[in-house]
Amino acid sequence: MEIPAELEARIDEEITHYPVSKRSATLPLLHLIQEHFGYIQDDAIGWIARKLCLEPINVLELVTFYPMFRREPAGKHHIRVCRTLSCAMVGSYELLDTFCKHAKIDRHHNGHGTHILKSEDGKYSIEFVECLASCGFGPVCMINDDFYEAVAQDEVPQLLEKYQ
Amino acid sequence: MVSTIRTPHPREKRIIFKNIDRPGWTIDIGCYLADGGYDELKKAFTMKPEQIVNEVKASGVRGRGGAGFPCGVKWGFIRPGGTKPVYLICNADESEPGTFKDRYIIHQDPHQLLEGMIISCYAVNARLAYIYIRGEFPEGAKILERALAEAKEHGFLGKNILGSGFDLEIYVFRGAGAYICGEETGLIESMEGKRPYPRIKPPYFPAALGLYLCPTIVNNVETLCNVKHIVRIGGAEYAKMGKPNNTGTRLLCVSGDVQKPGYYEFEVGEITIGELINDICGGMKPGRTLKAVIPGGSSAKVMSATDRYKIKTRQPDGTTVETEMGLEDIPIDFDTLAAAGSMAGSGGVIVMDDTRDMVWALNNINEFYAHESCGQCTPCREGSLWMKKITERMLHGGGVEQDTDTLKSVADNIAGRTICAFGEACAWPTQSFVAKFRDEFVATARKKGDGNGSTNS
Amino acid sequence: MSAPTELLNVQIDGVWYQFKKGTRVIEACAQAGKFVPHYCYHPKLSSPGNCRMCLIEMGMPKTGPDRKPELGADGKPVINWIPRPQISCAQDIAEGMGIRTDSQLVQECRHGVMEFLLINHPLDCPICDQAGECHLQEYSVEYGTADSRFLEEKVKKPKRIELGPRVTLDDERCILCSRCIRFMKEVAHDDVLGFASRGSHTYLTAHPGKRLDSNYSLNTVDICPVGALTSTDFRFKMRVWFLKETKSICTSCATGCNTIIGTRENVIYRQTPRENDAVNSAWMCDYGRLNIHYVNSADRLKFPQIRENQALANVSWKSALAKAGEELKQFQKNAVAVVASAKMTNEELWLTKKLIDTLGTGYHDIVPRAGEADQLLMSADRNPNTLGAQLFGVTTEHPGSKLQEITERIVSGEIKAVVALGEDLTQIGLVERDLKKLSALIVAGILPNETTRSASVLLPACAFPEKRGTMINIKGRLQRLNRASQAPGEARDDWEIIRDLLQQLTGSNGIYLIEDVFKQIAEAIPEMKGLSISKIGDQGVQLVEETEEARPAAMTV
Repeated sequence: MEIPAELEARIDEEITHYPVSKRSATLPLLHLIQEHFGYIQDDAIGWIARKLCLEPINVLELVTFYPMFRREPAGKHHIRVCRTLSCAMVGSYELLDTFCKHAKIDRHHNGHGTHILKSEDGKYSIEFVECLASCGFGPVCMINDDFYEAVAQDEVPQLLEKYQ
Repeated sequence: MVSTIRTPHPREKRIIFKNIDRPGWTIDIGCYLADGGYDELKKAFTMKPEQIVNEVKASGVRGRGGAGFPCGVKWGFIRPGGTKPVYLICNADESEPGTFKDRYIIHQDPHQLLEGMIISCYAVNARLAYIYIRGEFPEGAKILERALAEAKEHGFLGKNILGSGFDLEIYVFRGAGAYICGEETGLIESMEGKRPYPRIKPPYFPAALGLYLCPTIVNNVETLCNVKHIVRIGGAEYAKMGKPNNTGTRLLCVSGDVQKPGYYEFEVGEITIGELINDICGGMKPGRTLKAVIPGGSSAKVMSATDRYKIKTRQPDGTTVETEMGLEDIPIDFDTLAAAGSMAGSGGVIVMDDTRDMVWALNNINEFYAHESCGQCTPCREGSLWMKKITERMLHGGGVEQDTDTLKSVADNIAGRTICAFGEACAWPTQSFVAKFRDEFVATARKKGDGNGSTNS
Repeated sequence: MSAPTELLNVQIDGVWYQFKKGTRVIEACAQAGKFVPHYCYHPKLSSPGNCRMCLIEMGMPKTGPDRKPELGADGKPVINWIPRPQISCAQDIAEGMGIRTDSQLVQECRHGVMEFLLINHPLDCPICDQAGECHLQEYSVEYGTADSRFLEEKVKKPKRIELGPRVTLDDERCILCSRCIRFMKEVAHDDVLGFASRGSHTYLTAHPGKRLDSNYSLNTVDICPVGALTSTDFRFKMRVWFLKETKSICTSCATGCNTIIGTRENVIYRQTPRENDAVNSAWMCDYGRLNIHYVNSADRLKFPQIRENQALANVSWKSALAKAGEELKQFQKNAVAVVASAKMTNEELWLTKKLIDTLGTGYHDIVPRAGEADQLLMSADRNPNTLGAQLFGVTTEHPGSKLQEITERIVSGEIKAVVALGEDLTQIGLVERDLKKLSALIVAGILPNETTRSASVLLPACAFPEKRGTMINIKGRLQRLNRASQAPGEARDDWEIIRDLLQQLTGSNGIYLIEDVFKQIAEAIPEMKGLSISKIGDQGVQLVEETEEARPAAMTV
């Protein structure tokens, strides 16, 4: 795993935000690593631990706790659909099914252990997430870092078009 | 797609949300300054920190994150002249289902938050502060970082702010998808780089042993914005809005089975549940009737439309009067909703009509809490998943007669027995749904078959 | 002069008591005879308060407008009971506090927690090593409910994980109390364990690159309240309710950690630490703990033997001792050497010195064993009783310094007879050829080695669990071993062997019981005056003031 100089500089700068304890930088560093590599590799855990003078288990404890961190790459474009009450009431479960259909993601045969479902060609992946804080305008979803409200079922194909 | 421009309702009093959906408004500091932004910060520096604390105490403003704890009292716990540094953390982890207000402040009016936060830091003498923003707001994090850079350029952050001698650094800290990080001690643990397990109190009261075991104030986004306005008009003036003990304005977030869901800002207690649903939000969908309302985020106990509520209210002369009213007559404020057996919570109002299956609704909520339980303490860890499994089984036609009572009993064994309020948060929905809609649960438990009525799979 | 410790008034179940300020609530209850069940609390570790089993009702004195407690009819403060139950493990007592340990609410809390702990717990009791000493089992009976109303699928987690070379983990049994994590971090200073995942799916783990291989890993097995962490060595070996438990001390280094030896029918199955705040707190190291299996070896020496026609043959004790005496009488003073062991007890070493004096030789020493001390309990000196050997003059300030001279003189032939007590002479630089030169080689030992094979008289002796006696640890503490099992065959206590050898040389010496030996010692050594083996007690007696020099390698935790 190669950490490019630019990323390391970003990481070093981030660590300065926590002058009292380097350990506080664990979560920020995980974000930076995942933003760059798309997921948290095994090496990354050891790397971050060494960088912050921690034990690898200290980093592993966090990676496995927070659902936003992936141990495996997601699809090229990652979709998050909210499943919580207000969005479920306006059809977010059906929305996920529609996304799966158009993105060619098999809802049922996707391996064990991960809550992220991927399309076979790796172009898309999808997961249910909990309340995304826009409950009045559901169903809501995110594709990569872009946020969409009131997503109608028939909008899905053109939405996906934007992400190729 | 919904149009992003939403015009305020005439009955609203937009103070915090003044700039949300405001035509021509942009999020850069230039726009904010031209509108009189950071004037309150300048005013604050002409006051002593204790004076600001007193104004906040006089304002009576209560926390807007969900607990409703009086902000001035919380600030008062920080003893001046301590040897340890004080930290202030803005809780921007908005994750309570049904709540969507802080999102807009962050994305559309970040400088209001920063100004309120800088004033608050000055008031409690915090020289290092953080904004804990949920990981699912990546754009929001970027916006805040840009805003912080702008504020620093203009001398509102950094060393010797506006020549006051007060130094302050604020950094953005991103969460990563855990609701429990909205709990203040869970948030603090997360910021220390540990698993966000809430701390036991005693002894870990944040005002004494918070971040890095130093005195720490954790305040919600909306609460910090209110500080700016309290400095602007003074605490006494602020307290004139709303009702005694329920002062100021409140952002209400309405979702569910109404014609016009959305966000609205009112003086606290100004509006009743019925007025909110019918006058502001356009009423129920055609042909449907109101069945249930969750008034304060999914952690709040559900209220039934058919119940009669005996509310005891304290009169100005000190006497107590008991009034009986229906759900729609209940004014939305902290004390009244508490007296009615629920809570104002985060202001997330979820409306459900007669087409909604209450077992289905509770199951959806149970699944949320089962996912989000941090797992630290026995009752919540085991009980939250158990309750979810029961309602799921019931929905799939595998219910048994005892399920209804088991649900209540399990919830009773969680509430009041846990390290943090998540215990109540995951137990109250089950307790209240089963209590208010018992017949539905009993009927569902008796339904056998191969999975019907559930949109969960 | 130190100030007297402040005492606070606390009401427990309606009765007022006084406890020292700074006492944890749960400990105060224990002192009052009210046991509060708990899992995650451990007096030697930090208190996370996560199991919720120790919930009790708590109240504080009702105060009047003058902020002073309101007094009731009995003159004691009126208690305002907090409606919400409180944990008792993470708070100290306060003046006027009230506690209820057995009210209806407290019982309901315990039922609730027990039910929650059992719903996802696997039905492993029939194959779980913890059975018989499992807090889940015990509290189920005391505080749980008999029926289960859980109808769902239990959460599945990894089982039979090799967490480290000596510890096996079963994640389904784990109740996530975090005692093991806290121990490794706070005591062993090796932060290798942690929780992964979240909620009900949380499980204990180590990072794949770093195993639980600390020399203190097995303490996590002791403190695990359930069968999640088990000793791989002890796994499936014996049900604990069959084990006879004998209090003793570890003999693998000079620290002398206090132990409990678990045996059944003279087979030693396990050794566990016994609490002694002056020596080892509640812990012991893995090395010492597991250094027991040689005791059960099938190769144990069982019969006294004499060399006849080049080969060793079994004889009676009478014959063996007579032959030994005969051999020793042939040699004068410096033609004899005594190589003793600092693994011997004080009683054995005392008698050894008598033997040395009777033989009149200046050639005597013990065989030192040195290793590296760790930061916790393990001493650099791997002999358990060097101080005893020094105290009685079997060795000098420089243990082992005489050995080179002894070996040279054996090789040169000047030393013709050697009494080897519990040591293998090939470990001090001699080879079989050298041993064959000796005219007399009287050996007391427990396992065969080159020295026992070269002996002229071989006397089978006892291993440490078979001994009753005393030793002095590196900090000058006199501690007692108790007999946990019988030596195999006709093997005898070492002290008896040495006494009998003495008797061969000097005639009767009036020593019939081990207490007689100790009495002689107590009369001769001022620091041990007035003591007896029984008086030493289970926690031992500090003989000398603990000095910095006395703690060269081992520090109490």
